[in-house]
Amino acid sequence: MRHLINILDFSVEELDELIKVADDIIANPVKYQDACNHKILGTLFFEPSTRTRLSFESAMLSLGGQVLGFSEANSSSAAKGESVSDTAAVVSGYCDIIAMRHPKEGAPLVASAHSHVPVINAGDGGHYHPTQTLADLLTIHHEKGGFEGLTVGLCGDLKFGRTVHSLIEALSRYKGVKFVLISPEELKLPSFVKDEYIKEKNIPYEQSTSLDDVMPQLDVLYMTRVQKERFFNEEDYLRLKDSYILTTDKMKLAKDDMIVMHPLPRVNEISVAVDEDPRASYFRQTLYGKYMRMALILKLLNITV
Amino acid sequence: MKIDAIKNGIVIDHITAGCAMQLYNMLGLDKLDCSVAIIKNVPSAKMGKKDIIKIDSNINVNLDIVSFISPDATVNIIVDGICREKRNIELPERLVNIIKCKNPRCITTTEQEIRHIFVLADRNKREYRCIYCDTKADSRKNYKLK
Repeated sequence: MRHLINILDFSVEELDELIKVADDIIANPVKYQDACNHKILGTLFFEPSTRTRLSFESAMLSLGGQVLGFSEANSSSAAKGESVSDTAAVVSGYCDIIAMRHPKEGAPLVASAHSHVPVINAGDGGHYHPTQTLADLLTIHHEKGGFEGLTVGLCGDLKFGRTVHSLIEALSRYKGVKFVLISPEELKLPSFVKDEYIKEKNIPYEQSTSLDDVMPQLDVLYMTRVQKERFFNEEDYLRLKDSYILTTDKMKLAKDDMIVMHPLPRVNEISVAVDEDPRASYFRQTLYGKYMRMALILKLLNITV
Repeated sequence: MKIDAIKNGIVIDHITAGCAMQLYNMLGLDKLDCSVAIIKNVPSAKMGKKDIIKIDSNINVNLDIVSFISPDATVNIIVDGICREKRNIELPERLVNIIKCKNPRCITTTEQEIRHIFVLADRNKREYRCIYCDTKADSRKNYKLK
């Protein structure tokens, strides 16, 4: 039985296979509409999330399966003090696959050790969010035609942004990718990510505090939100939240075929006016996320269509 | 300074200078009835200075703890006043229930009776990471004991 806790649980070949299945789902959705007939997805969301939970539910419903679960810890037995391992052991008796989000880092790994069905990490605190990375990979692959030779800019909160860490880990396994890290000093990429996935693999990278300076060279711009819940101190949050805002003026500096990505929700780091630009791919990205979650559910349930 | 030779027991030698007390605590030597000597800052040709612990009893020493705290240490088993065995220790692949994760966001801070597990992430850097949250363990810091 396989689980997905960290994006590195899957080999490059397995990721390529998921991308291939997702592409086929996009091309032939009807072919997959009953693939998960009589299968149940359990969504254990101990922390609020709109997009990720709805994306998982939509993915399972589009495969002909059904969904049960809860969307916040208060409406689960966790409010009574039940452990993650007990919850996983119980719920895995009621469903065929589990998608779990939890504020504590490592909670899905604990669940996977006690579950009788595959567990998908749908985000564990500031740690991993592998299905967001799957969405990101499909977006880049679909819109840029592959990964080789791309210059990928990551902008905003690179310190706490788990989606950024996972994307760097995943892209570092493909040849010819260059990273441009754009952030204020306080929110720079942690050294363990930079050392392990960029420096040790001799991947070219550049660090900048200015988005304008590096914009012309980017093929992909990955914007992130400065998240209030990751700060212990509100003063720090207020000082840094507006650091990097993407506007239509900044977009004039970019290549004609650059794509702008964002894990969403957006607060104000991308001006609403940028939405009109065909290079803004962040809403399409959410749809790619659903297709990748469909491909993932099929893989973990060993269903081939 | 003279410490009597032990007849039957264990000598943990070549401990990184300054680490003997931490090792003493983590090995639970304070709970022993026998004589235990902690010798600090002993001149050493190889290390400049080192710490030594002498235990006047043949107890089972958790080598994983010794290795984690002081990877260059050696463990000598003394029988009838003679060193019968010299164990060179190796960094263990996993540390189970030896140290706690210091990350307040880690699941180990809330999950009941969870096993605290660290894996050797980089042998050259002697670096261990929590399997749940990937936080690095620093052997030179004083960890809350399990």
